[in-house]
Amino acid sequence: MILLTLFWEFFKTGLFSVGGGMATLPFLYRMSATQGWFTTEQLADMIAVSESTPGPIGVNMATYVGFTTAGIPGSIIATIGLVTPSVIVILIIARILEKFRTNKYVDSAFYGLRPCSVGLIAAAGLLVVKIALFTLDRYAETHVLLDALNLKAILLAVVLLVLTRGVKAVKKLHPIFFILASALVGILFKF
Amino acid sequence: MSKSRVNLLELFIAFAKVGVMTFGGGYAMIPILERELIDKRSWATNEELMDYYAVGQCTPGVIAVNTATFIGNKLAGTIGGIIATLGVIFPSVVIITVIAGILTNFAHIPAVKSAFAGIRVCVCVLIFNSVVKLFKSAVIDKAAFVIFLLVLVCSFFFGVSPVILVVISAVAGILLTNLGVRGK
Repeated sequence: MILLTLFWEFFKTGLFSVGGGMATLPFLYRMSATQGWFTTEQLADMIAVSESTPGPIGVNMATYVGFTTAGIPGSIIATIGLVTPSVIVILIIARILEKFRTNKYVDSAFYGLRPCSVGLIAAAGLLVVKIALFTLDRYAETHVLLDALNLKAILLAVVLLVLTRGVKAVKKLHPIFFILASALVGILFKF
Repeated sequence: MSKSRVNLLELFIAFAKVGVMTFGGGYAMIPILERELIDKRSWATNEELMDYYAVGQCTPGVIAVNTATFIGNKLAGTIGGIIATLGVIFPSVVIITVIAGILTNFAHIPAVKSAFAGIRVCVCVLIFNSVVKLFKSAVIDKAAFVIFLLVLVCSFFFGVSPVILVVISAVAGILLTNLGVRGK
């Protein structure tokens, strides 16, 4: 039964996520909230692993979520669920490729869909920020405003932002480099 | 051109190689597709690849999968589309399942917990960087910015389902274009 739900949830994700791997993120957060299969912390870890291993990020995340939810059958079913709508849609479009590309309704729908996709990814990013850079549960106990901030994490975030956006020599490096460096910093400074 | 000019096993293996070599998805896949499909096998032309890529970006789903389905379908019909897709997802399923299985057994170790707390900070920055990149190409005028902002607020603060937001935004795109708001 859980496999059927898993397939359906990922089918929906595949059908409604537009614009590549990261676009599946908001659907996964939604899944964590409505199905309770995994926590938002687990999801953040899955993103990191998906970015640091071969394969398209969207597919990697589906496999990981599927495995966490229902073991090996789950990883297969979730991934198949994710790609099924793509395969159906593409097989249809392949027959009318030229008409599809130049259709004015398709073009204007995408005018609205692209900013929507960015907005959804940004919202999913804020959920990661909430758990990675803030310690809201500690603030809830002490009510000291400074306790709401995870200062070590914020410092690391600032350093990473400067490195990935400002420093020419390092910003072209693969994300796996920054992920491994952050893991090391996490261990050394006991995050 | 005959529809079944490639053998299905070769198709599966070629796309499994693309899957293994694609790190991060999206644009990272272009040079690998060019090498595996155009240079080595002449299964497609550069123009075709760009067309598939453009359509892959504006159809639902993971872009790598969409491109694989397109090329598989062109080479060997519907079954080819399915085989190419299974090929591209095969390495992910194997690699991630192994890693997930290992990590589940080590997740309780304090050093692993600290490592992932550090990694989460990095994930924030990586997502921020991809949002900035996507924002530049997607938010091209004031109306698009309003859509971006409304979706962000509805999703983050009110937990509105992404399915609903996607459908409304597509309709809004059509309406705004027809009302002549687009581009202002």
